[in-house]
This record gives sequence, C-alpha cells and structure tokens, in this order.
Amino acid sequence: MIRQSQIPEELGRYAILIVALVYLIGLVAMPLVVVFAEAFAKGIVAYVHALRDPFALAAMRLTLLTAAVAVPLNLVFGIAAAWSIAKFEFRGKNALTTLIDLPFAVSPVISGLIYVLIFGANGWLGPWLARHDIHIIFAVPGIILATTFVTSPFVARELIPLMQSQGNDEEETALSLGASGWQCFWLVTLPNIRWGLLSGVLLCNARAMGEFGAVSVVSGHIRGLTNTLPLHIEILNSEYNYVGAFASASILAMLALVTLIAKTLLEMRHPELRTGQMRHA
Amino acid sequence: MLPGFGLTLGYTILYVSLIVLVPLSAAFLRSAELGPEKFLKVVSTPRVLASLELSFGASLVAALVNGVFGFIIAWALVRQRFPGRGLVDAIIDLPFALPTAVAGIALTALYSPNGWIGGLLAPWGLKIAYTRLGVVIALAFVSLPFVVRTLQPVLGELDQEVERAAETLGASRWQTLLWVVLPSVWPALLTGVALGFSRAVGEYGSVIFIAGNIPKLTEIAPLMIMTKLEQYQYAQATAIAVVMLVASFALMLGINGLQLWAQGRKRAR
Repeated sequence: MIRQSQIPEELGRYAILIVALVYLIGLVAMPLVVVFAEAFAKGIVAYVHALRDPFALAAMRLTLLTAAVAVPLNLVFGIAAAWSIAKFEFRGKNALTTLIDLPFAVSPVISGLIYVLIFGANGWLGPWLARHDIHIIFAVPGIILATTFVTSPFVARELIPLMQSQGNDEEETALSLGASGWQCFWLVTLPNIRWGLLSGVLLCNARAMGEFGAVSVVSGHIRGLTNTLPLHIEILNSEYNYVGAFASASILAMLALVTLIAKTLLEMRHPELRTGQMRHA
Repeated sequence: MLPGFGLTLGYTILYVSLIVLVPLSAAFLRSAELGPEKFLKVVSTPRVLASLELSFGASLVAALVNGVFGFIIAWALVRQRFPGRGLVDAIIDLPFALPTAVAGIALTALYSPNGWIGGLLAPWGLKIAYTRLGVVIALAFVSLPFVVRTLQPVLGELDQEVERAAETLGASRWQTLLWVVLPSVWPALLTGVALGFSRAVGEYGSVIFIAGNIPKLTEIAPLMIMTKLEQYQYAQATAIAVVMLVASFALMLGINGLQLWAQGRKRAR
C-alpha cells in the first residue's frame, strides 16, 4: 500500500532540517565566522600588528595569570567536593550541592559587585585594606577572586556525577589490600576520573580566560595593568579599532574552538562523560 | 569506610563559605542598610524598572523562541541522518565556550545595518542592532544550548513504535506530534526553556554591545548595576542586584523542582 502522506513526509523532513540549519547558522555559526573575517579585514599584517601591540600582550599575560591561579584553586576544590559528596552520605548534602552550583545562577556583574562590597573602598574591609596599602579591587587580586567565584562549580560539577556512578568498590578493595588513603586516591580514584577531570578543567579554563562581566566590575580598566583580554576587546571596540578588537577576539575564539573540539573528542571516546554536565555555562 | 571525609568536607565547606557564601551574603546585608522604603524607591525608579522589565521580558521571549527552534534542532539531530551532523551537534555548545564579549562584538557586527545579516534586513526597514530585537538575539544566542542539550537525550529515548501506532490508528503527523510526542518531552522542554531563561536574565557581555544601551529602552538590568557602580552609588547597585539574586534563586529552585518532576515521570513510565 502506498501511503498518500509519503511525499509530504519527505518534504516535512527537509523543512525541519532547513529551519534547524538556518537558525543555527544565522545565530551561532556566522558570529564565529565574522570574528575571523573582521580580524583579517585589513590583511594579515594588520592582524599580526594588532596582536603585537604591547597592551594586547599585557592583556594576554594577565588573562593567562588569572587562569593559572583560578583553575588550580578550583581543581583542588572540585576534587575535594566530589570526594566528600560522591563517596559519603551525610545530612545537608543536597544543600551543599546547591551551594556549589550557586555561582552559575548569579549574573556576572553581581559576581563582581559582591567583592566590591567586601574589598572596595566603601566595603567591609576597605578601610583596613587602605591602612595597610593592600589593593584588591581595581587590581589583579580582585580580578582573580571574581574569576575564581565564577568558575568554581566547573570541576566539581563534572566530577560529582562521574564519581557517584563509579561507586566505592574499587577504593574499598584497595584499602582492604593495605593501601593507604593517599595511595588509594592516587592509584585508584585519580586514574578512574582523569578524563572527567580533564573535561572539567578545560571548561573551567575557557570560562576563566573569557570571563567579562565579573572582571569588568572589579578591574578598573587600567591599560597594561588590569585589563584582561576580554576587557581589552571592549576598549578597542569602543575606540572603533575593529581590527584590533576582532584580532584579540580571534584568540579567544580559537581557545573556544580548541575547548569544544577537545570536549567533543573526549565525549566520543568516553561516553560516560556525557552524563556529566551540559546544563550550565 | 573510606578515609578523608572530614578533610574534604571541611575544605569544601570552608572554600564555598569564603568564595561564595560570605560574598553573596554581603549583597543582602548591605542592601538591608537601605531600609525597606529606600530599597523600594531605588528599584521602582522608571529607569531601573524599565531595565528589569527588559532583562526579564527579553529573556522570556528569547527562551520561548528557543523552545520552538531548539525543539526543531534537537529533533533534526536525533531523528535525521544528514552529512555534517556531527559538526552541527558540536557547534550547539559554541555559546557555552565562546566568551561573551567575543559573542557580543560578533553579533553586533553581523546584525548592524551594514553587517552581513543586518544589511539584508535594513532595506525592509527591520533594525536589529541597537534595538530591543538585538537584545533578544543576543539572549537567544546564549540560551540556545540549554534547550537543545536538555531535549536531546529525552527525544532519543522516545519509543518510536508509539508514534507509528498512532499513525496506524489514523492520526496525522501533527496530531501525533501534539498528542504523542509533546506530552512525553514536555517536562524536558520546560526545563530547557527555564534553564535558558535563567541564564539569559543575568547575561551582560553579549548584550551590551548589540543593545546600544539607550536609557529606558535598551538598558538591561546588569548594565544598570554597572552604571550605578560607576557613579559610586553602591547601595542602589546592591538593591538592584538583590532583586535579581532573589529572582535567580527562585528560578534555580523552580528548575530543581522541574527536574525532579521530569525524573519522576521517567521512572513512572
């Protein structure tokens, strides 16, 4: 029997695919293409020149420094949080998990503001800090603090479901065979979670290097001193230096692409990571 | 019993308290210094109110639009085989990975009257950049992955036999979609839209470039906080922040409830 609906069905399939692709290309793919098109709009010489600008280089260094502090802090925190939450039962566990997730629900601007309220000139610790000549807000420590807040859930979020699904059996066997707690962690747990850990660190790093709103509040925007790469992009853009802005943006876009590719490959080879996180940013 | 419980839990609680809990409570305590009357006065000035309305309104529109298109995209990815599917699937996560400032200037360049897409629409009198429509576009960009990634696994688990049975019984494709597919993916769709909405409400970086930031028209609430801070009006900035924090936390609890509901239904099936 030939179903009379067969032809419209084929058409329907194509219509769905075309609508999906047009929406994705216009909203997601083209912005990425535009970044590189604008960066190279005046040729490769102008592009390289923009990236060798001393302020651009200083911004890149500060961005690297920020990630180099924030990511390891959140890595250690993520492992500790996952160990306690995934391996043990205790009261208030759900509350603690919610608390760990909280920074994802907070607007980036507010993530910066809360540190201004504590360390700023009018903040709780402001007068004390001023007396001791310690600068946190409008200085590098504030940038690192705000970035650490924003990126704190990434590693924990990845590891908690992974370690919960793996259970405690292997660790308990190792202990019964005479391994110490640390040996058990280094030789049993760490090898089991290493790909999830890598995935979490990649996402944490991408966000740490790309954070804009939170850092913008605490930075003070001093060129060469407290400008991270995303803030440098904003300044160049407001000066109508589009090649410069998009050249710096292309560096961050490439970081995003490398992160995406690495994450996709990791999930292809280790499907158990897919269950981890995707519901955040 | 594994070792290290006291050490890791203690460290986790200390870290979360220092990095998250104490700073966040600072916002609530500092806004309390204002007193209820002044607090209300701050958040009900026309300019602040307009910015809150825009942040919540545009986020809702963007999340709902993504509810429709995210469903279509997830459907195409789960049910159809086409060349480049892996690439399309990977690019869904781009808004997660691309820094917001980069997305902001790129969307502005694309949708401004002399941009690739904005240039196509300008002759028709349709302006996107520097209008509220531009705000919606930027918020749709950041919230799209939430809808698609929440729907994909649920659509993948659907039993297609049920749909075929409905069609054998004479249901049209639309009837099958409306009465068979939608009821099973409804909780996931709602969760995805709520997650996208919650992300969009606080968004800053991708919006401020394309919005044009015209007072009372295209100023979002996070920008209002920024403006107050730049004018050293910390109490006012904090008051707006508290309104947004309360809304975000309520949303977060609502989404947790939605997810429990979705899981409960999955187990019941």
